[in-house]
Amino acid sequence: MRKFKEFIIEKLILFSGLASIFFVVLIFLFLLKEGLAVFKTVGFFDFLLGKKWYPISEPARLGILPLILGSLLVTLGAALISIPIGVGCAVYIAEVAPLKIKEILKAGIELLAAIPSVVLGFIGMVTLVPWVKHMFKIPTGLTALSGSIMLAFMAMPTIVSIAEDALYSVPKAYKEGALALGATHWQAIYRVIVPAASPGIMAAVMLGLGRVIGETMAVMMITGNAAVIPRSILEPVRTLTATIAAEMGEAVVGSEHYFALFAVGIVLFVISFAINVGADLFLHKENK
Amino acid sequence: MFNRIVIAALLSFCFGAAYAAESIQIKGSDTIVNLSQSWAERFMEDNPDDFIAVTGGGSGTGIASLISGTCDIANASRTIKEKEIALAKERGINPYEIKVGLDGLAVVVNPKNPVDRLTESQLSDIFTGKISNWKDAGGEDKKIVILSREVNSGTHVYFKEHILRRNDPKSREEFAPSALLMPSSQAIADEVSGNPAAIGYYGMGYISDSQKALKIAKDENSEYASPTIENVMSGKYPISRPLYIYTNGEPKGLVKKFVDFILSEDGQRIVLETDFVPIN
Repeated sequence: MRKFKEFIIEKLILFSGLASIFFVVLIFLFLLKEGLAVFKTVGFFDFLLGKKWYPISEPARLGILPLILGSLLVTLGAALISIPIGVGCAVYIAEVAPLKIKEILKAGIELLAAIPSVVLGFIGMVTLVPWVKHMFKIPTGLTALSGSIMLAFMAMPTIVSIAEDALYSVPKAYKEGALALGATHWQAIYRVIVPAASPGIMAAVMLGLGRVIGETMAVMMITGNAAVIPRSILEPVRTLTATIAAEMGEAVVGSEHYFALFAVGIVLFVISFAINVGADLFLHKENK
Repeated sequence: MFNRIVIAALLSFCFGAAYAAESIQIKGSDTIVNLSQSWAERFMEDNPDDFIAVTGGGSGTGIASLISGTCDIANASRTIKEKEIALAKERGINPYEIKVGLDGLAVVVNPKNPVDRLTESQLSDIFTGKISNWKDAGGEDKKIVILSREVNSGTHVYFKEHILRRNDPKSREEFAPSALLMPSSQAIADEVSGNPAAIGYYGMGYISDSQKALKIAKDENSEYASPTIENVMSGKYPISRPLYIYTNGEPKGLVKKFVDFILSEDGQRIVLETDFVPIN
């Protein structure tokens, strides 16, 4: 009887384990089925490298290069802002902060993670956008930079909490050894602890960026959504995610536009898959 | 506007089950979501047992839901496309068009902008990017920031066909790629009120003191006219479009009762109250 119970529980857990993979595969297959249909009408390279996105015109122009570059630019900007601050914050929490401040900081960061992105987008729209416009004396504040700053806030909680875990799991003996050899606290952090935790920190950064590139609502509200190839971070951009969100409601099911949006989804899937695999590789390096 | 939508959504969620037999779902054009909401509120005051839920999302979204059977009435600020009719027929839906009002489209700039009048061809040149500096349109030396609605908006489609392409079906003019595509009319209004270089368009119901509506003329020889209800009714103001609702087949039951209310004197008075132009 007990054996039978064990057997049932084991199978149930196995099923739960496989379910998520099963769903990912299903989603991917669906994306492929709907998305690849667009290549019947548009060439593969015309789609990926085309510079014009006019999906509802006759004939439609379906080039997503401006969208890819828009997504990458916003992500790059967010990375430049969130990585130094996020990693610095993690080091402070893990190594420097007194217990009380540590608790407050951790709670604060968890709270930051809990703010819905539409709220961040709304706050960005009324505060950040006019500020950016004023600060850089540019025609409009709805730019890639505004999106980057807002998304940096969203990436930060992921980066901080995972990087902090990585720093925390560096064996105490490393730090004690460094201090015993006469290193100052800062030298021990900089030369010993951070390098020892670097695979985990890299993974933290990757996962943070994965969140950024998939973010939709906030970028749709504050990046201006103009499908141009951006020449600087102070220009409006249109991201892959915002394009899907803004246009899916209108796309007639089964039309070229509809398939193109699914193909945009495939591109996004591939990018975030690559980022996640990258993060995984770094984590594995750490475990060896 | 958002509040109302949220409340309507919540209400429909709470009472949806209880009054399932006596409720109408309306979805579609953001341009007339407020008008539609006013109709619904007044109608529900008179008929407390009936329930009408109104949501926005854009004309395309509304028609798509009518086709997929998730709403009873689709609001649209453009006529239904051939493609959509074909798709609807495939699903056994028979879109029935009812004209419910007119909407003047205002072209707005910041009150600080000295420009106060433009011709339709100037508008076309500005929105396609041929004129990119305000000094070429009688203003200051400033780069023009073009604001447009997203492609799911009936206003976007109307403006492209009637202004950018000047009603010429063979024309291939497009919005300049640098045009900012805003998710709502309110977002355009907000950006225009804070940005002296911006130009945008929306239904004249959205005009407020923080934006300046331009006087528009068909060409240089015609009279410039402001987007007012009188000018739209008399045809002096050139940019106006009909507003439609679509139902599945000729309206029946509660839908018919509601449509009759919309077309009644009371219903058309509400059209006027919400800054649109009644049909008669």
